[in-house]
Parts: sequence; structure tokens; C-alpha cells
Amino acid sequence: MIQIDALSKRYGGFTAVDNVTFTAEPGRVTGFLGPNGAGKSTTMRILVGLTDPTTGSAHLLGRHFSQLPNPGREVGVLLDASAQHGGRTGREILTLAARTMGLPKSSVAETLDRVSLTEEEAGRRVRNYSLGMRQRLGIATALIGDPEVLILDEPANGLDPAGIRWMRDLLRGFADDGGTVLLSSHLLHEIEVIADDIVVIGNGRIVAQGTKQELLASGEAYARAGDPAELGRALQRAGHNAELTTEGAVRTAADLATVGQIAFDAGLVLTELRAADGSGLEEMFLQLTAETQRDHLDSPEGLDSSKGKAA
Amino acid sequence: MSTATVAPEPLEGTIGSTRHRQRATPAPIPFTRVLSVELRKMFDTRSGFWLLVSIGILAVIATAAIIIFSSDDALTYGMFATGIGIPMAVILPMISVLSVSSEWSSRTALTTFTLVPSRGKVIGAKAVLTVALGIVSMAVALGVGALGNLIGTTIAGVDPVWDLTTVILAQTVLAQVLGMMMGFMLGTLFRSSPAAIVGYFVYSLVLPTISNALVMVNDWWRDNGAWVDLNWASTRLFDDDMTREAWAQLGTATTLWLIIPLLIGLRLALKSEVK
Repeated sequence: MIQIDALSKRYGGFTAVDNVTFTAEPGRVTGFLGPNGAGKSTTMRILVGLTDPTTGSAHLLGRHFSQLPNPGREVGVLLDASAQHGGRTGREILTLAARTMGLPKSSVAETLDRVSLTEEEAGRRVRNYSLGMRQRLGIATALIGDPEVLILDEPANGLDPAGIRWMRDLLRGFADDGGTVLLSSHLLHEIEVIADDIVVIGNGRIVAQGTKQELLASGEAYARAGDPAELGRALQRAGHNAELTTEGAVRTAADLATVGQIAFDAGLVLTELRAADGSGLEEMFLQLTAETQRDHLDSPEGLDSSKGKAA
Repeated sequence: MSTATVAPEPLEGTIGSTRHRQRATPAPIPFTRVLSVELRKMFDTRSGFWLLVSIGILAVIATAAIIIFSSDDALTYGMFATGIGIPMAVILPMISVLSVSSEWSSRTALTTFTLVPSRGKVIGAKAVLTVALGIVSMAVALGVGALGNLIGTTIAGVDPVWDLTTVILAQTVLAQVLGMMMGFMLGTLFRSSPAAIVGYFVYSLVLPTISNALVMVNDWWRDNGAWVDLNWASTRLFDDDMTREAWAQLGTATTLWLIIPLLIGLRLALKSEVK
């Protein structure tokens, strides 16, 4: 359980985090979504006590982070996978974490195995790691203490699609065991794949939050039938709007049950019926991104993996 | 958005029934554990390892050179202890510098301070280790020096000369601890490895040269420089006739060069935002 209450952080005249309030529930993966420099990393640093907030508070498991007697055993943290001494081996970094937490030596090999780093890779110095390997090592450091809460800043950065899928399964399993997960990303796609709940931040302020279904649903239904035009007419007869999409499906503001009932009454066979894509969330996120990224939408967002320093 | 396949969601019902894991609150991290981890961190990097190895190599070379090149009557305990002590006095403060500065330079502080949120505990452990390392290193230098003295004089066929008094031994250890603390101070003050290392060499190599030059041309500096020059004041520790005035000069110079900057450095290290 993570509770963030009216949190603000100002640097001189610049407000990095502006009155942020949200809760990450146990059993759920909460995605913290925002463009680079939106205030995600600052919020997470405040959460783990590395930065003092100007006003407001952040609590983990009902306590301030600094009040946790052995934080690694209760809260797993990955803020920046690259923030490691390049001269240490992966195994050494994990050993230091295990020793600090007072864990048995065997936990190192077990955790390396859990994040799929081989013996040979663990013996290499981190200087020679790819970003994906660093992310796995960072996640291992977060997981090794068997915590109840995970806080991961851009953990999917540098992971390939298979890696992202692996992380989704790992975090899903962690949440299903009753754990709380908060992870940030500047990519809507990543959050969509991994998170249950989404908190969207832009310019330090929360602009939307809710479950993924709520935020991604457009409020419209998307239906396919053998004869889409006939379905559209049936909907209009019942007093609903209906538009034919280019793929030959029907979009309408009527809810799914109504669409199903109308099709049934009209004797039409539906081949597909679901909530329509193309939500307000995506529009809003693109707008946020366009505002904060000077280069607008010309560059594919996936290519921009650099993290805002002032974030 | 394209019609990407949506991942299967967990059933809504499972959320309410998430079993609440009953967990015991873990015991606090004892200071001794922080000490042992910080000690390990001093030597588990490539730089830490090679600094340690270089001390050993230099000590062996110095001892061998003394045995080979010195005339028989120059084979004294003082010679051997100095030959081993000087490499340690130059190199070990750098380990102390790096133990603090690399937390910021390599940004490992992000991990260190999230595993141990009490920064005072971590910085305190590094300070304790700095002092301990200073004492242990000189004990080793004096021990190995004694061995070298015995072996060297045996090879040369002369009687060993034990020319170091207890006072000098104790003061040598103090000088080494002061040097180590200077490294620690520079680490906390700069929190950047390159800046702190350069700072250390400016302090230990450049400033004494300037001070010596000043002694030649400036009468006031010749008479009073030791009050403000810590290198100068601490050199006296290698004599066994430290006067009351020499101790007072060591006190003022230490306050100026070590204690005041250390207080500023500690404040910065404990309070500054870790990014």
C-alpha cells in the first residue's frame, strides 16, 4: 500500500510536483504515466526519502520510508538501473544488497535465477552490461528482500518485447500474491501492457487516474455483424447514433448490452462486440507529450528513452 | 490506437479476495552490518582492489630497495617502517575519498540510501572505517617494517637497530589518521570522485610546494606558517620532541583544514538531495 497525499516539490520558482495525491493498492499494479520531466521520478524519490517534499506526505505500509527498520525487506526499489558502480560485478552488487538486508547467501543465486541472469553474466562487471541486463539486475536488487511493495522507475526501459512480457508476468505474480506495485513509464504502450490502475501526470500535476479499463474505454461500443449497415440502421431506429468505420464495423455510443440486445431483436448475428479503442486517455497523453516535448510528435515516442533529469 | 491484443485481465473478484500476507516487521539493521558492508564496498571495486594491491607491491619494492641499496648502518627500523608506511599514507586516503565520493559519482547512493535510509549511519560507518583503516594500516606498516628490519639486518649480518620510540609510533598513527580523515573530508565536501582526488593531490603535493617556496621569501610565513599549514604542522608528528606550541599549531591547522570543511561536507552529504 502506497499513499501519497497532497505532495508538492518546488525548486525555486519551478514546481516539479504539484499537489499530487494517489494511492497504489495491494494486489494491483499501478502505472505512473507521464512524459519525460513530468515529475514521476521526483515523486518516486520523495516516496523513498531521497528528496524532501516541500509540502505533503508519502507513506508506505502506513509509515514514512525512513521509519522502516529494514526497508529492503518491505519495499523493493529500483530508481535508475544505470546508477551502479561499473567496477562491481552483478553478483557483487546483489551480494551487497543481500548482506545489508541480512539475507542468507543463497538468496543471491536464487534471485539471479529469478531475473534470468546467468552465472556468467553475473560474474561480469556492470560496466559491460546492456541496459536490459542492468534493468534485470536492478529488479533483482528490488526483489531479493521479498518485499511487499515494489517501486520501479522506468523498469521496462531497455527491455525487448520478450523482456517486457517477462516483467509483466513477474509483476502480475507479485501483485496476485498481495503485493503492491508502482511502476512509472513515459510510454503509454508499456503501461497498457503491464498496469491495472493508471495515474497520469503532466507538468507535475495529476491529470487522470483510474483503472485501465476506465481510462482506456472510450465509452463507445464497437460491433461487427454480417451486415454492418443493417446493424447501424437497427441502432438508429432504437434512437442511438451509429457510424460505420472503414473496417466495416459499427461504432456507437450505446453500451454493450444495448447493442447486443438490439442486434438480437433485429435477428442480426454479431461477430464482434466490445468497447471501442481510441480513448480520451491516448488523446490526452499525446497532448501532454506534445506540450512538454519540444520536438512534438515528429519523432516516434518509442525512440525517446532518455529520462528527464529534472523529472 | 490499433486493435492491439489486450492482455487477459484477472477476474474482478480476485481483487477483493487478495490474501493479506501477515508479515513480521523485520529487525532494524545493526550498525555492525552497515560497517561490514561499507568495508566490503571499499575494496570490491576494480579501483579499490588495485589500490590495495599497489600498496602491497610498493611496500615490497620499498623494503627490497632498502635492503639492497642501503649501507649497513642505515638499516634501521625507522627506515623500514617509513618505506612501507609512505605508500600507505599516499594511497589509503584515496580509498577513503572514493568510499564517500563514489556514492555520488557512480550514483550508488540511490541504492545505498534506500537500503539504509539513515544517511548518518552510512556516513558514520565510512568515518569509523576511515579511522580504523588509518590505525590498522600503520600497525601493519610497523609490523612489516619490524620483520623487514630483522630480515634485512640478518642478511647484512649487523645487529638490528630499533630507533623508533613509542611516542613516534603513536604520533605516526595519528598523522596517518589525519591524512585519512582529509580524504574522507574531501569526499564529503566534493561528492565527486575526480574533484575530490584532484583536491587530495593539490592538498598533499601542490600546497606543500607553495608553502616551502613561501618560506624562502616571506619572513612572516616562515615564523607563523605552521599555525595554518596542516601539512607543515603534521610533519612535526614524525619528531619525538613535539612542543606545546607544535601541538597548538596542529590544532589550529586541523581546525582550519579538516574540522571546518568536514562539518560543511557532512551537512552536504547528509542533507543534499540524491539524484
